Order: sequence, then C-alpha cells, then structure tokens
Amino acid sequence: MSIEFLVASGVGVLSAAGIYLVLRARTFPVVLGLAFMSYAINVFLFASGRVVINQPPIWGKDVAAYTDPLPQALVLTAIVIAFGMTALVVVLALRTYLEVGTDHVDGLMDGKATPEAPPAEAPTIDTPAAISGASSGETRP
Amino acid sequence: MSHWVIAPVLLPALLAPILLLFLRKRLMESRVVSIAACLSLLGLAILLMVQADSGVTAAYALGNWQAPFGIIMVLDRLSALMLLITAILALAVMIYAVVTGLDRKGWHFHPLFQFQLLGLNGAFLTGDLFNLFVFFEVLLIASYGLMLHGGGGARLKAGVQYVVINLVGSTLFLVAVGLLYGATGTLNMAHMAQRVAAAPVGDHGLILAGGLLMTAVFALKAAVFPLHFWLPRTYVSTSIAMAALFAIMTKVGAYCILRFTTVVFGDGAGPMAWAQADYLLPAALATMLVGFIGVLGARNLRHLAAFSVVGSMGTLVATIAVFTPEATAAALYYLPHSTFAAAALFLVADQIARRRGDYGDALSPSPIFTQAGPLSVLFFLTAIAVVGLPPLSGFPGKLLILDAVRSAPGGWWIWGFILGTTVIALLGFARAGSTLFWKSAATPGVIKAAAPVAPVTAAMVVVGLLSVLVALTVAGGQISVYLEATADQIYTPASYIAGVMGPG
Repeated sequence: MSIEFLVASGVGVLSAAGIYLVLRARTFPVVLGLAFMSYAINVFLFASGRVVINQPPIWGKDVAAYTDPLPQALVLTAIVIAFGMTALVVVLALRTYLEVGTDHVDGLMDGKATPEAPPAEAPTIDTPAAISGASSGETRP
Repeated sequence: MSHWVIAPVLLPALLAPILLLFLRKRLMESRVVSIAACLSLLGLAILLMVQADSGVTAAYALGNWQAPFGIIMVLDRLSALMLLITAILALAVMIYAVVTGLDRKGWHFHPLFQFQLLGLNGAFLTGDLFNLFVFFEVLLIASYGLMLHGGGGARLKAGVQYVVINLVGSTLFLVAVGLLYGATGTLNMAHMAQRVAAAPVGDHGLILAGGLLMTAVFALKAAVFPLHFWLPRTYVSTSIAMAALFAIMTKVGAYCILRFTTVVFGDGAGPMAWAQADYLLPAALATMLVGFIGVLGARNLRHLAAFSVVGSMGTLVATIAVFTPEATAAALYYLPHSTFAAAALFLVADQIARRRGDYGDALSPSPIFTQAGPLSVLFFLTAIAVVGLPPLSGFPGKLLILDAVRSAPGGWWIWGFILGTTVIALLGFARAGSTLFWKSAATPGVIKAAAPVAPVTAAMVVVGLLSVLVALTVAGGQISVYLEATADQIYTPASYIAGVMGPG
C-alpha cells in the first residue's frame, strides 16, 4: 500500500466523518464534525505540496531534493485558526444551551416544536451580554 | 512605493488592541477614539482613491519581499472604491451605535468594530489568496462578536448557525486554496493568472475545480441562492444597527467574485475563461426572485430589510456575472447604492421599532406613535431607494444595468427578472408602509412601554446616508466616468499582473 493511498483515504475518511457529523441536529456532534473537517483539511493542505518523504523543507547548497515548505506554513496558520474557532464555537454552543435550554441546532425542544420566540431586541442594559460581555458578567453603568 | 497603501489595515490593527487593553472601561474615550478612527479611515480612503485614479496598480510588498515570494497588498481603482464605501458605512453605523447607546450593551463593542474594519479593509487590499483567507477569518471572527452583541436567546440560536455555516465555508475555502496551490504552485493571484494561462491541459480539471469551489465560497458570503439561507435569520436576530454594518459583508463576496474571476479566470485562461459565469447567472437570478418575494412576504421590518439585501445581491451578482466592462461599471454604481440603501433601511426600521413599544417592528397596525410623520418620510425615501424608483440612485443604478446587459447573452433574462422583481418589491414596500403609517393612524389607543426614544442625531444618520444616495445621483456623471475607468482597469488584467509582478 502506497503512502499516497494512505494520505488520500485518510483525507476522505476524515471529511466523510466530518460532513456526517456537521449535518447532525445537536451542537456537540456539529462541533466534533467541524474538528474532523479541519483535520481533513490540514492533511489535504500538506498533500498539496506533494507527498515527499524524508526531505528537508529548507534549501541548502548540498541539498538536491527538498519538500515544499509553503504548505507547512499554511497548515500552521490553518491549525491556529481552526483551534481558535473550535474554542469559540464550544463556548457559544454551551452558552446557547444554558440560555435557550436545548442543544438542538434549530433551538427546538426535544420532540415538540416551540413557537418561534419573537426576535427579541436586545434586552435591557442590566442583562449580561453574550460573548462580548461574557468575560466580565457585569455591565456598564 | 507608497506606504499609504497599508494604512487602512494598520490603523484599525493598532487601535483595536489599544481600545481593548487600555480603554475597555472608559466609554467616552473609546467613543472618541472609535469615531476619530472612522474619520481617519474615511480620509485615508479618499486619499487612496485620488492616488488610484492615476490608473496605476500600486503593489505594496509586505516586509519588502517581492512578488511572488511575499504577500502583496494591491491598490487599484476597485479596491479604493471598496475602501471608501466601507469607510462611509462604518462612520455612519458607528455614530448611530454611539448615539443610540448600542455600545453600552457589552464590553467589547469598540475593539470588535475596529477588528471588523481591519478584516474588511484587508480583504479589499490583499493580492494573495491565503492572505485573503486570513482577512476573511478576521472579519468573520469580529462579526461573530458583533452579531451576538447585546445577547438574548434568539440571537444566540441564530449565532450558532451563523458561526457553523461560516466555519464550513472557511473549510471549503482552504480546500479550494489547496487545489489551486497544488495545481499552480502559487497563491499570489497575479502569479496564479500567469501559471493558469500556461497550465498544461491535464491540469485544467484541477484548476477548474479549485476555481469553482472558490467562487462557491464567495457566493456563500454574497448570499447567492442556494447559499443564502443564513442571511435573513442572522440579520433578523442581530441588533439592527449591526445588520446595517453587515450590509457591506455580502459585498465582500461580490468583490471577491469580481476580482478573482477577472484576474485568474479572465480571457487569458484559455478554455477555462469565465467558467464561473454559466453557474453564477442562473443562481443570481434565482436570488433576486427569492429575495424580493421574501420582501413581499415579510412579517416585520427586519425581515423586509434582510430579504431586500438578498434581492439586491441577486441584482448585483447577476450584473457582475455578465462579465463585460459595461455591465461591471453599472454593477459598481449599484454596489454602493445598495449598500447605503440597505443600511438606511435597517436604521429606519430601528427608529420605527423603538417608538412602537411592544409592537416593535412587526408589520401590523398599532396605535400611532410619536414622530410618525417625519419617520414616514424617511421610510418612504428609503423604500424608493431600495426598490429603485426615481429620483434616488436606485433608479439610475437599475437603468445603467438594464442598458449595459442589453446585448449580453442572457441579457433579456436579466431584464425580465429586474423589472419583475422591482414590481414585487414595490408591492412589498407599499404594503409595509401603508400598514405602518396609514392603518396605524386609524387605530385607536396609546402605545405603552415605548423604549426611550433615541435623540434626533440617530435619525440624522439616516438622513446622512440618504444624502449620500442623493450625491450618488446628482454626481452620477462624474462617478460614472470613474467607474468606467475602474471597469476598464478590471478587464485589462495585464495591468494588474504587471503592477504586482513587475514589468515583463
């Protein structure tokens, strides 16, 4: 079995799992699905610089063959961004669960459809704000 | 090499941490700094526009790493135009948020706002696909915070959906970047154009897949059918002033479609040239229809405004998808118009909702509210602008589009859809206006528990946005000259490539 087959099927399996989970109805599987998809992308971006084994990523005078360093830089950036976004979406999902009382992505209760709440204009100033105020919990005077 | 090119990115990038670290608990100072920042961005945008009007594509190499090795910021007429639109809108929304006290509903409004501007300005200036991804993420992360600003259960529910769909969009963006990098070996758009033009036939499939996937991601940002479902829910759930700011976010998608397609998949791409157009035009026409039918069926003012954004994006993208210089010049006239008109509509909706107490912005008759007279005038003018009736700039905008697409393939479809949807939108707005003002005037009773009415300054912001539309109409001649020069510049990608890669 070649390394190309391993990389390609790895990307395929990870994306398939990711897409399946993102399409689930609850926030926790969706978050996991997003994580799987970002793993798939990281491997895929690596492969976009061709699958090269045991070669240095830096040019040197006595180096004949080397691997493309740019995808590695891209993957690094993508990992950082995906990590931050996963953290954000976890906090957001948790807070939605606590405020709305369900972890359903549509915000519906189990089994029965709740009547759609009126699009509440932001509550009064004493209500703790969402993400932008989550760290403090208190509000401006 | 002028260093001014980087200033619209640098200024918010420096101010946002200062606002976050030192002025977090000082509301007055934050407001002064924010408004000063928006004013200086406006000044910078005008300066850069004058600079770009020389017709030279100015490339700014970050860290002086020359293309294609470093990241390049590119200033041409199109980027300068987008910077100016962003700056005007940001100033209006910032003033509105300050006078209505929206920025008091959470701690981080002002830093998030600057980060949002950083992402927007960066996306308009960058000439590198991966750098575009990074700026997209910056503007999205800031928009998540701003969208949720003020809190509330409904807002959080819609927020989760907005974040998830954009994360999936970012993932697809990376797939497209990976495909294009794998096939061409570069991320710089100008360099990619050269590589695509010289690509062997065997690579065409991969390049096309990457290019079309990239366009699909931009279409998601631009809320083109069938990728528009996130927009109404997001815009309806967020605070109305932020929805007014987000009027520019969909235009980022339209800008990227125009920039990416004309540079990389222009005439130079041989058999792959304009591959996106075949898919974009039908999708955009469907968007137009869905949007304006949504206007007709709206149950409250926010739905009305959100669906009118979808509809106007359909009009805009359909005109861009023709991909001729004349049509693009018309689209570029319609772009600022639809941005400012949509923002004005959201702000008028906010003004009306504040005065109707428990009735909010629902389209149902309520007892007459305070200052209904002046507000009805503002609503009427804004509706005229959004629908595209004379005398405001929506009318010349649609007229220019109709004139420009006449000879294009599919032009008659655009005619039919624009004229048809204009009638539908007209009906929708007439229904909304008569319910809100005429039927309300005949309903007895008194409104209880009205929210504290915002000062007159808030309504003046709407007047300011409308006067921009008046200026667009009155100075239409001079603006058209600039826009035609812009379109010519866009459709000679050789000048863009030479500006970035150097002559030869």
